[in-house]
Amino acid sequence: MKNLFNIIAISGLMFSFMMPSITRADDQPEEQWETLKEIYFENKTILEDADDWLVIEAPKRAEDAAIVPVHFYSKRPQTDSSYIKSLQIFIDNNPMPYSANFHLSPTLESVDISTRMRIDQYTYIRAVAEMNDGSLHMVKRFVKASGGCSAPAGKDQAAAMARLGKMQIRYRDGGSDEANPVQIVISHPNNSGLQMDLKTRGYIPAHYVEKMVITLDDKVLMDVDTGISISEDPSIRFVLPKGKAGHGLLKAVVTDNQKQIYTIEKQI
Amino acid sequence: MKNKTKAYITGISVLFSAIMALNVYADDYPLKQVSEGIYYHQGAQEDADQHNKGEIANTGFIMGDKCIAVVDSGGSYLEGKALLGAIREKSDLPICYVINTHAHPDHFLGNAAFKDTGATFIGNAKMPAAIEARKSFYETRFQEILGKYFKGTEFIEPTLLVSVDKPITIDLGDRELVLNSYPTSHTDNDLTVLDKKTKTLWAGDLLFVKRIPALDGSINGWLATIKKLEAMKLNAVIPGHGPAQYKDWHQAFDAEEHYFLTIREQIRAIINDMGTITEATDSVGLSEKGKWLLFDDYNKRNVTAAFTELEWE
Ligand SMILES: [Zn+2]
Repeated sequence: MKNLFNIIAISGLMFSFMMPSITRADDQPEEQWETLKEIYFENKTILEDADDWLVIEAPKRAEDAAIVPVHFYSKRPQTDSSYIKSLQIFIDNNPMPYSANFHLSPTLESVDISTRMRIDQYTYIRAVAEMNDGSLHMVKRFVKASGGCSAPAGKDQAAAMARLGKMQIRYRDGGSDEANPVQIVISHPNNSGLQMDLKTRGYIPAHYVEKMVITLDDKVLMDVDTGISISEDPSIRFVLPKGKAGHGLLKAVVTDNQKQIYTIEKQI
Repeated sequence: MKNKTKAYITGISVLFSAIMALNVYADDYPLKQVSEGIYYHQGAQEDADQHNKGEIANTGFIMGDKCIAVVDSGGSYLEGKALLGAIREKSDLPICYVINTHAHPDHFLGNAAFKDTGATFIGNAKMPAAIEARKSFYETRFQEILGKYFKGTEFIEPTLLVSVDKPITIDLGDRELVLNSYPTSHTDNDLTVLDKKTKTLWAGDLLFVKRIPALDGSINGWLATIKKLEAMKLNAVIPGHGPAQYKDWHQAFDAEEHYFLTIREQIRAIINDMGTITEATDSVGLSEKGKWLLFDDYNKRNVTAAFTELEWE
């Protein structure tokens, strides 16, 4: 698992060259996915039977190519007998389609996760849930590209670097009766490194977050592999089960591909 | 009777083609004088497409005794060429400078048309990096949008760079222009041109008139910049989009400021309540809807961009 994103980086680059530049129709072909499926799931069967319980919420059109809010949730609780072990996210037409992998357990009791992603052309977003029994279930959603001059690049590169590593835990205490939303956000350029450095005329090395581990009182709530499909200043929002709020030390440890580690904790 | 009609029609068409020949550029690419020696072409208040050929931003030039400075070259090589033709209808003076107000494609993709004029390209010191970061994306996207109208377009970066708080002055011959760069506002590489002689400010996309402003930088930065610009003593302001403004130019900045203050206040309230971007894009700014062209195309995007910035306050 450690080298997951090295492999992805290489395959992703291959994809960006193979990628057709114009993809317009809503019922666009899915040959991209056929290839991805072979790379990441070999010959395993992926059932497209989860539409009534696993949901991807995303705007119909990416308003800002650099920041597209995407919400994944399951209508089934995470129980010891049946739970999503991992939720793998693909964005077919992104430079690196394999976008995130959320490793989950029954600890969180539910799956209700939001993040922000880069989407600069018409594409499917897919979520493949691997259950504790090993079965695979997929849902997908089509997103149109943004219009005009909205680019996937950051808006202020200098500012992004200046606040690199700054983190926040944001939390709303809904009391014991309500689910409690939590957001972890880290200031990080999360860039692909494909842009030119003007001084050296070489390419800026990629600099992106590759792992986020979120714990409550040392118990892992979520362990996430990430990459450059995640927006600048990566953000993960999830819901703490009722009753879990009000007592516990919430902690997030973030590692980037340059092996820098950033940590934040907060008593909630 | 028949012959008379025919002669009449022929007469009209001769007259018409004579007018066309005289005003070939004026017809295709009209320029309007804002102040003495300052002309602009008003772009279509639309998003770029093959019908408007990407000619959606304001472009133009300033003429001194010795030479000419172009301000923004348009959305394609072909638009740059049309601008050059229109300039040549008015003056044979050399073009010494092409000034880019920022790195958005509708404003600088016409640069290639001025490559052989010997002009020096000027921009904000952060403009080259912004071009490098977005070039391949814009190239694919605008090729797709403009099709044949993208022909000949190149990404030409400025070589004379202006840093924030270090304005430079250029002289066109009895005409001094002050070029000023700003901290991140509309983009991270905005620049304005002030003609000292007529007190005309070329504001680039720091000012949108009638068309909804598009946030691709910092909402707080832009609001601070609006304050700075409003404090200037000016006779005329040329926005990046929309008609030139004269004695009531403050009102145009006020409208823009009001939009940003409105959405900022509403977004802050949502952030404080742990709301999401989606909640914000569904509700913020709706009271401004009737006031702006292209509101539905840009308001949600502006709210999204502002949200992720204001989260760090
Ligand atoms: Zn602009």
